[in-house]
Amino acid sequence: MADRKVILDIQGLGIDFGGLTAVNDLNMQVYEGEIAGLIGPNGAGKTTVFNMLTKVYQPTRGKIFFDGMDLEKKNVVDTTKAGIARTFQNIRLFSGLSVLDNVLTGYHNAITYSPVEAVLRLHSYRRQEREAREKALELLDIMELKDDAEVIAGNLPYGAQRRLEIARALATGPKLLLLDEPAAGMNPQETEELMKMIRFIRDHFEISVLLIEHDMKLVMGICERITVLNYGMMLSQGTPEQIQADPAVIKAYLGD
Amino acid sequence: MEFLSYLINGLGLGSVYAIIALGYTMVYGIAKMLNFAHGDVIMIGAYVAFFALTNFGLPLIPAVLLSVIVCTVLGVTIERLAYKPLRQASSLSVLITAIGVSYFLQNGAQLLWSSATKVFPAVISNGSLNIGSLQISYLTLITICVCILVMAALTLFINRTSTGRAMRACSEDKGAAALMGINVNFIISVTFAIGSGLAAIASVLLCSTYPSVFPTLGAMPGIKAFTAAVFGGIGSIPGAFLGGLLLGVIEILAKAYISTQLSDAIVFAVLIVVLLIKPTGLLGRKLSEKV
Repeated sequence: MADRKVILDIQGLGIDFGGLTAVNDLNMQVYEGEIAGLIGPNGAGKTTVFNMLTKVYQPTRGKIFFDGMDLEKKNVVDTTKAGIARTFQNIRLFSGLSVLDNVLTGYHNAITYSPVEAVLRLHSYRRQEREAREKALELLDIMELKDDAEVIAGNLPYGAQRRLEIARALATGPKLLLLDEPAAGMNPQETEELMKMIRFIRDHFEISVLLIEHDMKLVMGICERITVLNYGMMLSQGTPEQIQADPAVIKAYLGD
Repeated sequence: MEFLSYLINGLGLGSVYAIIALGYTMVYGIAKMLNFAHGDVIMIGAYVAFFALTNFGLPLIPAVLLSVIVCTVLGVTIERLAYKPLRQASSLSVLITAIGVSYFLQNGAQLLWSSATKVFPAVISNGSLNIGSLQISYLTLITICVCILVMAALTLFINRTSTGRAMRACSEDKGAAALMGINVNFIISVTFAIGSGLAAIASVLLCSTYPSVFPTLGAMPGIKAFTAAVFGGIGSIPGAFLGGLLLGVIEILAKAYISTQLSDAIVFAVLIVVLLIKPTGLLGRKLSEKV
C-alpha cells in the first residue's frame, strides 16, 4: 500500500443532526486504483458518509481531502467536477428519460457548445453530441444495457436500473466511484456478474471504488480493505481476513 | 363554412394561450412552483412593445426583440430576487410571493404609465386570406404559425441539446441532477428566461388581436393560459400546446354558439370536467407515490 497514492483522505469526520451525532471521528483513506468497502449494521451512518463526501451534507467536524483538494468550501457540483461520482441506495434515476439520455446527463459538463450553436446546428454541436453519444453507448455496452438504450429508464428491471446508475455515474468521468449498496435486490447470479463488472470498471477506467454493501460475499470477494462503522463510529479497519476475524465486528453483527 | 372560420379563429386565440401556457408549464415542471406573476410579465412585454413601436418608432421585429430581451431579463430577475431565496421554503410561501410579485408589477405599471388604456398600433397586416367564402385574417395565420414555430424550436431544444436534457433531469430529480454536475440554479434561470421571452412574443400577438394596453391586461390571459396548462397536464410541454389550442377553440365556439357572457364560465366548466375524469390533465404523467 505504501507505494500507492491516497486519493481520498478522511480525517476526524463527524456530523450532528440536532442533538444526534450520526457520524463521529471517522478516519479512513482510499488509495488510487483500490476497491474499498464501508460496512456496518443498518443505521450505522454509511450513507451519511457518502452524503458528506458528495457535499449533500456539510460535515460538522473534520476534513475531507480528495486528490489533494480540501472539500470544505465545495458544493455538490464541485465534487462531481473534481471527480467523485455516486449511485444511490434507493435508485434515483431520471426515470422518465431514456436509458441513453440518463447516461448523457452525466456528460453535461463535458459538453461545451452554447445554445446558439445548438439552434444553428453548427459543427461543434453535432460533433460534441455525436461524441457524447458514442461514449455513452460504450458505457452502456460495458454495463450490458446497450440494447435498452432507447427504453424509458423507469421501465427497466431492478437489476438493470442499478447497472444504469453506475453507467450514469461513470459518464461524469470520476476518479472515485461511490457505490451505495450496488447489489441490493440482485439474485446471486446477478451479484456474481456485478462483482466482475466492478473489477472491470476499476481496471478499464483506472479509478478507485468505495462501496457500501450488505452482501458479505461481494464485500469479502472484491474489497481490498474494509472499514466497519457502528453507531457512527469506526469499529474496525483492515483486510477482509482481518475484519472477519475481529471479535468486535462479529459482536456488532451477531450480538452477544 | 361558418364553423370552420370559428375553428380557425379559435386556433388563433388558442395559439396565444399555448405560448403563455408554455411559460407556466416549464416553470412548474422544473421549479415546481406556480408563477402567478407570469401574466404580468406579458403586460410588461406589451408596454415595452407599445413604447418601442410608438415612442421610439421601431419597426415590428426590433420592437418584438426588445420586448423579448426586457421580459427575459425581468423573468430571471424576479426568480433571483423573489423565488430563489425561498428555494427551501414551503410551496405556499412561494405561491404567496408570486401573487405579491404580480401585484407589484401591476401597481408599478400603474404608477409609471397610469391606468389609462393605451391603443396598441396595428402593426401586423389587417388584411385577410379569402378561400371561397372562408375568410381568415393574416393576423390569425401569423399567430398560428408563430405558435407552431415556437413549439417546434422548444421541442428540439428540450430533446436534442445538453441544456434541454439537463432541464428534463432537473424536473425529475434536482438532487441527482446536481450530482451529475448540473448547476440546478442556472437551469432554473434558463427556464424562467425562456418562459418570459415567450411571454413577450405572446404579448405582441395578444395586443395585435385586442389592441388595448393597460396595467391588468395580463391577468385574464394569464389565468386562461394557466388553465390551459392544467388542462393539458401541467409540467408537460405538448400538454400546454394541446391545452392552449383546445381552450381557444372552446372559448370561441362557446361565444359563437352559446353565449358571449357565459363563454369564460363554459371554459372553466370544461376544465373541471376534464380534471374530474383525468386529474393529471390530458397529457399529464401519473404521479405514483412509492409506499
